[in-house]
Amino acid sequence: MCLAIPGKVLSDYDQGGMRMAKVQFGGVVREACLEYVPEAQLGDYVLVHVGFAISRVDEEEAQRTYQLLQEMDQLTELEVPVDQEVNSRKKGEVS
Amino acid sequence: MKYLDEYRDGEVAKKLVNELHRIQTRPWVIMEVCGGQTHSIVKHGIDHLLPQGVELVHGPGCPVCVTPLDMIDKAHAIAKTPDVTFCSFGDMLRVPGSDGDLFTIKSQGHDVRVVYSPLDCLKIARSNPDKRVVFFAIGFETTAPANGMLVWQARQSGIKNVSVLVSHVLVPPALETILQSPENRVQGFLGPGHVCAVMGYSDYEPISAKYKVPIVISGFEPIDILQGTLMTIRQLETGRAEVENQYSRALDRTGNLAAQKLVLNVFEIGDRNWRGVGTIPNSGYRLRSEFAEYDAEKLFDVQRIDTREPSICISGEILRGIKKPHDCPAFGTSCDPQHPLGATMVSAEGACAAYYVYGRHLKQDADGTMVSISSQGAA
Repeated sequence: MCLAIPGKVLSDYDQGGMRMAKVQFGGVVREACLEYVPEAQLGDYVLVHVGFAISRVDEEEAQRTYQLLQEMDQLTELEVPVDQEVNSRKKGEVS
Repeated sequence: MKYLDEYRDGEVAKKLVNELHRIQTRPWVIMEVCGGQTHSIVKHGIDHLLPQGVELVHGPGCPVCVTPLDMIDKAHAIAKTPDVTFCSFGDMLRVPGSDGDLFTIKSQGHDVRVVYSPLDCLKIARSNPDKRVVFFAIGFETTAPANGMLVWQARQSGIKNVSVLVSHVLVPPALETILQSPENRVQGFLGPGHVCAVMGYSDYEPISAKYKVPIVISGFEPIDILQGTLMTIRQLETGRAEVENQYSRALDRTGNLAAQKLVLNVFEIGDRNWRGVGTIPNSGYRLRSEFAEYDAEKLFDVQRIDTREPSICISGEILRGIKKPHDCPAFGTSCDPQHPLGATMVSAEGACAAYYVYGRHLKQDADGTMVSISSQGAA
């Protein structure tokens, strides 16, 4: 029910005083209301829930966090001391 | 699709699962709050990838599930009124009241319509000035800006033949109800990503601090859920209890201020009855008195009907994370998505319905036959 899907803003227009847009989700284009994301520009991705964009997807943040996920193997090696105690305890238990 | 496909990447999932296995030392019980997250977990088998001892329990965040029976009966009574066009999100049409569902009412010749957006009701009202258009405004904080905009625009445009039957619920009071229960097992939460896209997550900070539980606001794709679980377990293993944001591409701490402003202009906070749980103080929205002319409960003479859940149904305990669908003797036997007995089976996002749809009600017998788990009385 709280499903919200990211789609690309293709065009925007006024309808009864509201800012509306054509938003593309894969091969499907639907209408969405942009009143709650005044900052959204053409080409931006917005999260659409029941015909309303409720948030603009932050591309830089998405790239930054996804990059971290992909590099997780290396990060594990550089793990901060918080986990050291746990790790050594766990290793101790195993051996 | 961008922002979806990459969050279903098996290689990234494998890294997250490995890391979870590496850091986990003790058993933990984590609740995913949203029905959408439950659906994703069961669909992708995420719970089966977790280390032994890490248990995901399913929360109350399915608005279709928790809409109380008396409100559904009110909706049905309004939908049967001769000059009414009754509009609803598709999820609500199969939910049975005391006497059938909205599909049945539609098949009897009444004007029941599924809408994609609440704003569709304005178009319907404009084109049908002789009809009274009523929208079943259910949902959590995610949906309140859309439902609120319908009322706001109706007033702005001077459209008089539209009204809303409001049954709106709020997440933070439900989390407190779960945490205050003496039976509570939940030690950490995957918080509701899209609710927080609207509301931000500052309301969760006092809850996390008061009950000393980690709350990690999480998205809905498999990678989001695995990463949210990893962040929660990291907190639990290191003795921290904070609100963290896994879903930072979609939300920040403050949420959507424009949406919050409209919601507070149209709605005010009040007590709400949750199906399967009971009344929770200050856990929902109702229309402000200045919008009374759009309040379907006031406009229509809907009798309050004393409806009761079948006593066999344990959905209340499932919604609070105390039990799982398999613990119910009716699950998959006398209760299934076609004939739901209670809250968690009525919507595809309910825990029981998700378990049923993805075959969790069956197991292989010694001779290879698939049999119902519940019929064997297994937990």
